[in-house]
Amino acid sequence: MESALFYDRLQFAVTATFHYLFPQLTMGLAFLLFYLRSRALWTGDEHYHRVAQFWTTIFALSFAFGVVTGIPLEFQFGTNWAKFSNFAGGVIGQTLAMEGVFAFFLESSFLGILLFGANRFSRRTQWFASLMLFLGSWLSGYFILATNAWMQHPVAYTVAPDGRLFVDSLSGLLTNPWLPWQFTHNMTAAVVTASFVMAAVGALYLLSGVHQDYARTFVRIGVVAGCVSAALMIYPTGDGNAKQVFEYQPIKGAAFEGLFRTQRRAGLVLVGQPNVETMTIDNPLIVPDALSFLVYDELYAQVKGLDAFPRTDWPDNLPLLYYSYHIMAGLGTIFVAVMGLALLWLWRGRLYTANWLLWLLLVSAPFPYIATTAGWMTAELGRQPWLVYGLQRTADGASPLVHSGNALFTLLGFLGLYLLLGILFLFLFVETIRHGPGGHPNGHAA
Amino acid sequence: METFWYMAVTLMLGMYVVLDGYDFGVGLVYPFVTRTEEERLTALGAIGPVWNGNEVWLLASGGLLFLAFPKAYAAGFSGFYLALIIVLWLFIARGLALELRSHVDHVLWKQVCDAAFCSASVLLAIVFGAALGNLIRGVPLNQDGYFFVALWTDFLTGPEPGILDWYTVLMGVAAGAILAFHGANYLTMKCDGALRARASHISTVSGYAVVGLVVLVLATIPFVQPSFRLNYAAHPIGYVFPLLGVTALAAAIQFRRRDGDFAAFGASSVFILAMLASTAWGSYPNILIATTDPANSLTVSNATAGAYGMQVALWWFLLGFGLVVVYQVYVHRVFWGKVTLDRH
Repeated sequence: MESALFYDRLQFAVTATFHYLFPQLTMGLAFLLFYLRSRALWTGDEHYHRVAQFWTTIFALSFAFGVVTGIPLEFQFGTNWAKFSNFAGGVIGQTLAMEGVFAFFLESSFLGILLFGANRFSRRTQWFASLMLFLGSWLSGYFILATNAWMQHPVAYTVAPDGRLFVDSLSGLLTNPWLPWQFTHNMTAAVVTASFVMAAVGALYLLSGVHQDYARTFVRIGVVAGCVSAALMIYPTGDGNAKQVFEYQPIKGAAFEGLFRTQRRAGLVLVGQPNVETMTIDNPLIVPDALSFLVYDELYAQVKGLDAFPRTDWPDNLPLLYYSYHIMAGLGTIFVAVMGLALLWLWRGRLYTANWLLWLLLVSAPFPYIATTAGWMTAELGRQPWLVYGLQRTADGASPLVHSGNALFTLLGFLGLYLLLGILFLFLFVETIRHGPGGHPNGHAA
Repeated sequence: METFWYMAVTLMLGMYVVLDGYDFGVGLVYPFVTRTEEERLTALGAIGPVWNGNEVWLLASGGLLFLAFPKAYAAGFSGFYLALIIVLWLFIARGLALELRSHVDHVLWKQVCDAAFCSASVLLAIVFGAALGNLIRGVPLNQDGYFFVALWTDFLTGPEPGILDWYTVLMGVAAGAILAFHGANYLTMKCDGALRARASHISTVSGYAVVGLVVLVLATIPFVQPSFRLNYAAHPIGYVFPLLGVTALAAAIQFRRRDGDFAAFGASSVFILAMLASTAWGSYPNILIATTDPANSLTVSNATAGAYGMQVALWWFLLGFGLVVVYQVYVHRVFWGKVTLDRH
């Protein structure tokens, strides 16, 4: 069973990571599209309407991939994690079913209107549809994060005589104290991704000397939204998240910071490689006292290190967790610098001609995806060895009768299929960008 | 309360089969009814704005099953492991083919998408039928409430069956015929001209095939799952569902002959709902019937999720269901009538 568990975990990791490349763009774009359509409606400005139409095409592309790669996740709770589903279904069945009933119908119904109704519906109807899409996609995020928040910090449950968990307060489940920071951090990250993509497409057009009018709008909106959201990622949402980790999951915090030993005046490790055997950091670059200050707002505060906890409760892939967190936090800091610089140049009216800065915006586009992926790896690797924090270990959640041969078969299938899907998405994305805005009202001919 | 959720999940699944069923049906008859690119665009335009929303009924049904009967969800999904993962791959291929077909203007791309859409629809229709066949026949649940079935073993409905055996394959073929009939009825309602004429012809032919296959499926149930008779014997009122189904099927064929396109589609929808209700009536209170020992069967009482959760979910479900009906009616209304191709 050991190896079946390994494949189950790898398969969920692969499918969830790949899936989330798409919703982070669609949720962020849903927000920006709502802004664009509102502006088009309020001012009657045709330019903003066409900008919105172009980004709706990209939205639809990403949405389609998000939908088809999302279905396997809901299925896998049952297929690969049957004992987890049986154990926790009495609680998280609520949020997952609510996502289906409240969010998915909203999204799919109104996307059809935006895609097939470009020439059929009034601007007001299209604006309303974009509002519903924004609402639907963020609601979907809310319910899924409520599910994850419960796995990170279980609340509002009772234990039945047979050991299974049942929800005992729906409002408690939906207002999990873990959720506000997680939701704001995650949704802001989606806006960061969408802003970087929008700015990068604008930068590409400006550098290539095409679609100049559109390009300036893309860059302007991308940079303003990107700067604000990137700053919000660090403070207050990133800070709030980190503090709640140290409060509720101190092992995860110690592990991702690379803090092996409990100490006062704990330093913040910027760079270095953790050695789990000797419990030291190789080649460290440390800001003295900073960790104590960041977590407890006090230089002398004591921060619990990994040595305060039994090894059986340590996250099982400590170095990967450590790197994930450092990649996320490092990139997050760089994003603020890049977008801050771009905003300054925009304000001085020089951005559209500053080729070096446009290049920087262009090549930055993939990095929010990396940062977001690393952020989720931090959250999920750090939850190990627990599936439901403190209640069920990951090893106890897998399907009992799905053997490793079956799990590997489907894992290989997913890897092959998703490789193909990734190539297809990139191809279609590049085609859409190459085709450019205007003259092509939407991607659907029918 | 458990019985309410049993009915709610059945209803949601029934809505799924009726609504996404016509999308699948369009996929099944697609190569036969369309000859030109314009006809293909029309046929796809008939389902384009709605298929995604229709598919959500399946996700919502799965979500509600998870909510109300997590133990059955866990057992069923892990037990049918390979079949379900293959279903996922087919869903991915079909969904992307539908959504991305228009993104590239090249004849080979259109052919790839058409082939993926059509073949995934055929396979999924058969798998859905086979899945229902598995629920009727039962699965080898162990004492812990889990099972695992291979894709096929000896194709017999013994105590250690595979997902595919003679009965479930028969069910799969029947489901294919039923959805082709249903989808052809939908296309006659949504299209004009040669396309409508071909769809009408297919509907007529597949209608008779459905009659034959349904007779076979009903006639063989006693050999596969004798316990289905018990509920009907105890509560003969249940016979109203199969009777309604048979009547609706006859009506659908009759409406087809008189070119009552809308009525034929309505009747085939009622037929599908009634047949699913008949199955649910025969199966209750079982969700998963054990072929090993009846005591291992997962029922509405031993697979349930706790009283508070089901009670509180009732309120938000009624609210949510109301909203869903509003969106779905709205979307179907705005795209009502014959398909017109937008010219860009």
